[in-house]
Order: sequence, then C-alpha cells, then structure tokens
Amino acid sequence: MNRRSRCLLALPVALLAGFCLWQAVRPAWAQSLVADLSSHLIAITTGFTGTDVVLFGAVDGDGDVAVVVQGPEGQVTVRRKDRVAAIWMNVEDVTFAGVPAYYNVAVTAPLEGVVPPTVLQRHEIGLDYVRLLPEKAKLAPEKLAEFRAALIRNKQRAGLYTTEVGEVSFLGQRLFRTRIFFPANVATGTYTASVFLIRDGDVVSAQTTPLLVSKIGFSANVFEFAQRNSVFYAILGIMLAVTSGWLAGIVFRKS
Amino acid sequence: MQIYLPIAELSVNALLILMLGGGVGFLSGLFGVGGGFLMTPLLIFIGVPPAVAVGTQANQLVGASVSGVLAHWRRNNVDVKLGGVMLVGGALGTGLGVWLFGYLQKLGHIDLVISLSYVLFLGTVSTLMLTESLRAIVKGRGAPVRSKLHHHTWLHGLPFKMRFPRSRLYISALLPALIGFVGGVLVAIMGIGGGFLLVPAMIYILGMPTALVAGTSLFQIIFTTGLAAFLQAVGNQTVDIVLALLLLVGGVIGAQFGTRAGAKLRGEQARALLALMVLAVAVKLAVDLVVRPEDIYSITLPVMP
Repeated sequence: MNRRSRCLLALPVALLAGFCLWQAVRPAWAQSLVADLSSHLIAITTGFTGTDVVLFGAVDGDGDVAVVVQGPEGQVTVRRKDRVAAIWMNVEDVTFAGVPAYYNVAVTAPLEGVVPPTVLQRHEIGLDYVRLLPEKAKLAPEKLAEFRAALIRNKQRAGLYTTEVGEVSFLGQRLFRTRIFFPANVATGTYTASVFLIRDGDVVSAQTTPLLVSKIGFSANVFEFAQRNSVFYAILGIMLAVTSGWLAGIVFRKS
Repeated sequence: MQIYLPIAELSVNALLILMLGGGVGFLSGLFGVGGGFLMTPLLIFIGVPPAVAVGTQANQLVGASVSGVLAHWRRNNVDVKLGGVMLVGGALGTGLGVWLFGYLQKLGHIDLVISLSYVLFLGTVSTLMLTESLRAIVKGRGAPVRSKLHHHTWLHGLPFKMRFPRSRLYISALLPALIGFVGGVLVAIMGIGGGFLLVPAMIYILGMPTALVAGTSLFQIIFTTGLAAFLQAVGNQTVDIVLALLLLVGGVIGAQFGTRAGAKLRGEQARALLALMVLAVAVKLAVDLVVRPEDIYSITLPVMP
C-alpha cells in the first residue's frame, strides 16, 4: 500500500518537477539536470522488511543518466581463511576505510567503453570504481585486488551492493526514473543519491540528494535505550527473563 | 509475520523464531538441559551476528533456568551452599569469558574459538554420555551400576575443605569453584548454560547425589547466565530484548510439552538420544571447520570501541 501510494505521488511530482525545470532552464541553460527522491527518509519500524525509493528527474537534452546511491562510510575488515593443521582459520586480513555500507548503481545505457575509466573512477560510477581505501599502504596490487573483490562479493551476498547494474528508464525525451531497493539489513545513517548526466563520454552535470535511513518508533527506542542506559537495559532484560520463567513455573504448576 | 530486531539489526519471521524457541524448549524439557548449545548455532545460522546470538541467548537462559529451578526448589533438591561456592568460580569465569570474547572478536578468531569449543566440549561429553547410556541399555535395562560410590583420589587432598551438609559431602571448596569457573567461561563464550558439562562434572568429580545435581546446576546457571547477559549488554550492547522475548515465549511453552513427553521416556534412552543430538551438532561444526568454506574471504565490521 505504501509503495503504491508513493509511486502515485511520485509521478505527478516528477512531471511537475520536469515542467518547472523546463521553464527554468530554457532561457538560461543554468541547470541541465534536476532530480529528486520519492522519499528522503527511510524509517526502520518494527515491521520493516526493506523498501523501494523512486528517484526521478529531468534532463534538458540528450545524454545518458547514471544514478549512484551509497550509504554511510566506515571501516570493514576483510579476512582470508587458510588451512592450518586441517582446520580453516583466518590467517590474513586487510582493513579498508571509507567503505560504503550500501552501494547501488543504475544507468540508462551501458557505460563501459563509452565513458573513460578515469571519469567513472572520479564519480565512483560502477562497482569496479567504488573508492575503497586499504589502511596498509604497502600491499601487492594482486593481493589488494583479491581482497577488494572479496569485500564486494561479501557485500553482494548480503544484498547491500548491487549484483547487476540497474536500469534508469526514460519517460519520453526528458523525464527519467529509477527504483532503488533498500533491503531489511540496511545500515542506519546518511546516504547520498548522486545523479550524473553524461554526454560525449564525460559528466556534464551532476546533482546529489541526501537520504536518511533511521530507526523510528519502538525499534529506535529499544536501540537508543540499549546504547544510552545500558545498565538499566541489562537489568530490564534479566528481569523480563526472570519474570517469564517464574510465570511459566506458576502457570504450568497445576498441570 | 516479519519483525525487525533492533539490536541484531535484521528482520526475521517472528513465527520462525517462536517455533525455533518452541522446538529447542521442547528438547530442553525432554532432556532437562538448557538447549543453548542448539539455539546459539541456529541463531547464527539464520543471520544473527554471533555476538548478539551469544548475548541474547545468555539472557534467555536466565528465564529458562528460573522456570526449571522452581520445580527442583519445591522438592528441596537445591544445594544452595554448594551452588554458592560454584557461583564464586562461575562469576570469575564469566567475567573472564566476556573479556576474552571481546578480545578474540578484535583478533578475528571468535568464530573459530566458538566452533572449536563446541566441537571439543560437545564432542567429548556426548561421546562419553552415549557410550555410558548404550552400555546401560545393552546391559538389560537396569539402573547404571556404579562400582564404587566414593573413590579416594588426589582431588580429596586439596586444601580449603568445606562441609556441604545437603549433599553429604566434605570436599575442597576449590573443586566446585573450579567447575563453576569453567562453566562461567563457557556461558560467556558459547552462549550456553553449560548444564551438559556441569551435570556430569558434579556427579563424577564431586560425587554429588544425582537427585540434587540438576537443581543445583540450574540454580548456579541462573546467576552465571544473568551475569553474562548483564556484562554483554553493558559492555558490548549485544542483548536483543525483542529476540530474547520471542525465544522465551516459544521456549517456555515448548519446555512444558517436552517435560510431559520426557516422563514417558526411560532415563538411559533419553540420555542416548540427547547424546546423539549433541554429537550431531559437534560433528556438523567439526565438518564445517575442516571442509573448504564456500568463500575463504569474509568481512566484519569493526568492533564497537
């Protein structure tokens, strides 16, 4: 129900945005790209099972559109197992900094071969170009590539990085839209949705929109309570357990 | 019905968790064990982070032990003094275990240590239990015959001798404290009550009367699991109250049906079945350790400071 109403809302908003843009940019050519999200807040409630956000926008002419959504950055340690005396155990690790917890990319048309890698690198368009900074400076390139690929593979398995490039579809000549899925295990924090207009192998216009993922309501209260008043939280947890155990003992005593 | 777990940070099917709790509760009622050794691996399997699985399981076991100890308390089958001495060791062990857990997590070896402890402890205890119960079944359905009730070994030469009138024992206080200590470490690292280890140790090492063993070990487990849950919640914020509540509800109901079903089962049969089940868990984990993993790379988020 939520999703449908959001889509219903998104389309007129998109049309309106497109129209306003058209009016605004025609004389000045000030802004060749405008985009927005159907929602700037993803609320993780008790019933949260993942959600779609629609990104829509308009361009002033020809060109390809690429959309990159990435999540809060942090450190991630990648560990490699090896056989040590018949047992597989972690033997080597590389820690990466600035790793986005979530990464999703969608394009109107494949960019490989059309756009030079340096451009894709600069704007982090595509999983091959995500900026992951190893903490140890001295690392053989093959090893680094291996650990980098492993990080991306593990993130993909968790559903947090795209496995394939998504599709941005044009509605007519000017309007475009794409759908971005956020799974249930998405991390809380500030995300950015970046939209790039690409013409003749270069980015000619870009826009970045923030998106907030936040726990709301009961689950937020529980989380906050556990972090802030951990002593009371611990005591409450134990009391809950003792009470239910004691109640069970009383209730089932007769039978 | 999907429900979002605020600490584990994932969405699970509430019915699945209730059923898991009920199933494990049934088995724990059937065999008179806590069931932590089944629940913790199951939680990790459905995607709950190991640290949260262990912390939450410790919290849930408090409830299970309270419910279990009540029946024994009414029959006066709890040796509070001996349990108290075990608890001194247990508290120290739990403290050490929680610290060790955090340290190993930082090193990236926590999963290996959890698996290895399961294989080692579950494997050994279940093999011993299986051979003992099979022998009892083969021998012609009699009660297990113990050749001698009271061996005199070097264990009885230890200092700090104490009298435990309820258990009719005069032994060194170091022994129950040491057993409690080992149990406490296991509670913190493996997310289990440790009953499957404490019970045989109390029978064979301390020589306690069998009738008192279950109640006394449960009595002690309430406090070690409680302490573990407290330390994990305060130190690591890894107790998920929503998950614990779901497990408690399922577990409490399951345990009552289990207890009823257990009344129809003969002692040595129950022990053999339990041993087989524990052995299966140990073998599964051992195979996982030895077989080449699907992906030899894994990722972890940094441990919270």
